[in-house]
Amino acid sequence: MVKEPIKAESKNLDFYYGNLQALKNVSLQIQERKITALIGPSGCGKTTYLRCFNRMHDLYPHNKYHGEIILYPDQINIISPGVDPIEIRMRISMVFQKPNPFPKSIFENVAYGLRVRGISNRSMLSEKVEKSLRSAALWDEIKDRLHLPAFDLSGGQQQRLCIARALATDPEILLFDEPTSALDPIATGKIEELIMGLQEHVTILIVTHNMQQAARISDFTAFMYLGELVEFGVTDSLFVNPQNKLTEEYITGRFG
Amino acid sequence: MEDIKQRIKISKYWNGIFWIIGFLSTLVGLVLLLVLMIDLFMDGAPRLSYKFFTSFPSRFPEEAGILSAWVGSFLVLLVTAGAAIPLGVAAGIYLEEYARKNWVTDIIEINIANLAGVPSIVYGLLALGLFVYLLKFGETILTAGLTLALLILPMVIMATREGIRAIPGSIREASYALGATKWQTVRWHIIPYSMGGILTGIIIGLSRAIGETAPIITVGALTFIAFLPASPVTSEFPFISFKWLMDPFTVMPIQMFNWVSRPQKAFQLNAAAAGIVLMGMTLLMNGVAIYIRYKFRKKIRW
Repeated sequence: MVKEPIKAESKNLDFYYGNLQALKNVSLQIQERKITALIGPSGCGKTTYLRCFNRMHDLYPHNKYHGEIILYPDQINIISPGVDPIEIRMRISMVFQKPNPFPKSIFENVAYGLRVRGISNRSMLSEKVEKSLRSAALWDEIKDRLHLPAFDLSGGQQQRLCIARALATDPEILLFDEPTSALDPIATGKIEELIMGLQEHVTILIVTHNMQQAARISDFTAFMYLGELVEFGVTDSLFVNPQNKLTEEYITGRFG
Repeated sequence: MEDIKQRIKISKYWNGIFWIIGFLSTLVGLVLLLVLMIDLFMDGAPRLSYKFFTSFPSRFPEEAGILSAWVGSFLVLLVTAGAAIPLGVAAGIYLEEYARKNWVTDIIEINIANLAGVPSIVYGLLALGLFVYLLKFGETILTAGLTLALLILPMVIMATREGIRAIPGSIREASYALGATKWQTVRWHIIPYSMGGILTGIIIGLSRAIGETAPIITVGALTFIAFLPASPVTSEFPFISFKWLMDPFTVMPIQMFNWVSRPQKAFQLNAAAAGIVLMGMTLLMNGVAIYIRYKFRKKIRW
């Protein structure tokens, strides 16, 4: 496998919800334009870790970060209090567990990130919306229905709409938080295919509760347990030849 | 086996008893309301005519009308809405979206809930001291409108907060995750999605305000008034005038009170007719509130 430059790197990252430590000393390198999967049993901190990357934890009180997450190439520390979380969120997009389109039209959903950036030029918006919907493999299905409410779409389409919304602003990293856990197998297949295609353009970090999914789509896999990073490596070798006993037990289904 | 059957029989007996008690209790409320309305209609309906709406009060009951009263009520409500809506909605949004959740906001929350239960005449006293004596607004439409605005402010704030709380956190997160600021999230999502609840609260608040008598009497509304306030629309530039704000006035319930306190039977009938009109206004406003809620519920799903 060709070694890509590193896009982001967490160094000794600790995270606390109030007094409860949810992440312990997590150090991990995320390679550019690769898919890195985070797996582990519920409550292992994988979603908490993901949400550090776009400072979602800042929305709620009593959350504390320690350590660093360095974003390359400019080497800023994402979680430093001096760094504006809004700037981080403009550069790092996120797709959530349950499809969460806005109760607006399909067009306005995709255009929202651009409107937030002050873009209101109609033709520019249209162009961007079309491009994003194409990238999310949704354009052909809905190109005549752009002004209908997003809630008229099926669950899988809604999730692809959320992906289009996240792509519209050309993010450097795309975060996925169990994006298929609320979807049926067919919709899941489409989303997986889509995610694999996206890695040509964007670095992807994905949390999944589904080991097979991690094995199918990711280049690297990190196994987390009780807030710690247990093992990290190339997906194929981690699944075939885990170095750690815990990892082996988890991927063979003995717990989790 | 017999035992169980006996047990079920006793349980069903008590079930039946409560069914009867519940039914009769419901009936009492409904019948009383119906009798009240029929009585009001029998007395007042014959007096309802175009002339009744376009005449000033008069010494002669047949010529008396509610022109100054409904115009007064309308203008007072205009001031009330103009003051209570921006203040209440902004305060609700601030408390829900901006304020840190700590003991100070807890105390504010308890206080707002309590303010909604303060007797309206107490608001009248406050307004008399504040608007009439201290700020020297006089016994005017402005004073009355602001007084009622204070009265319904807690309702507007609570309706706003409840509307906002109904918005799922995932929608907020979606907006913030795209790099939106708080204000962008509030403007594009929080306000539009909670608008149904907010409007409903506002209209229900206003429909309470339109029937309020005590605080309006306290701030010095006139009981007999045979002229209209200055017109808000003028023929000269800039076509809008605010002179009416400083005019004396009366409102519907005070007009009714005035007529009820007269000894002649004919005036009582006038009061009943005005009562029908006032009730119609309230029902209409509540109907609009229900319609708006229905419309917004249909438009917004999560």
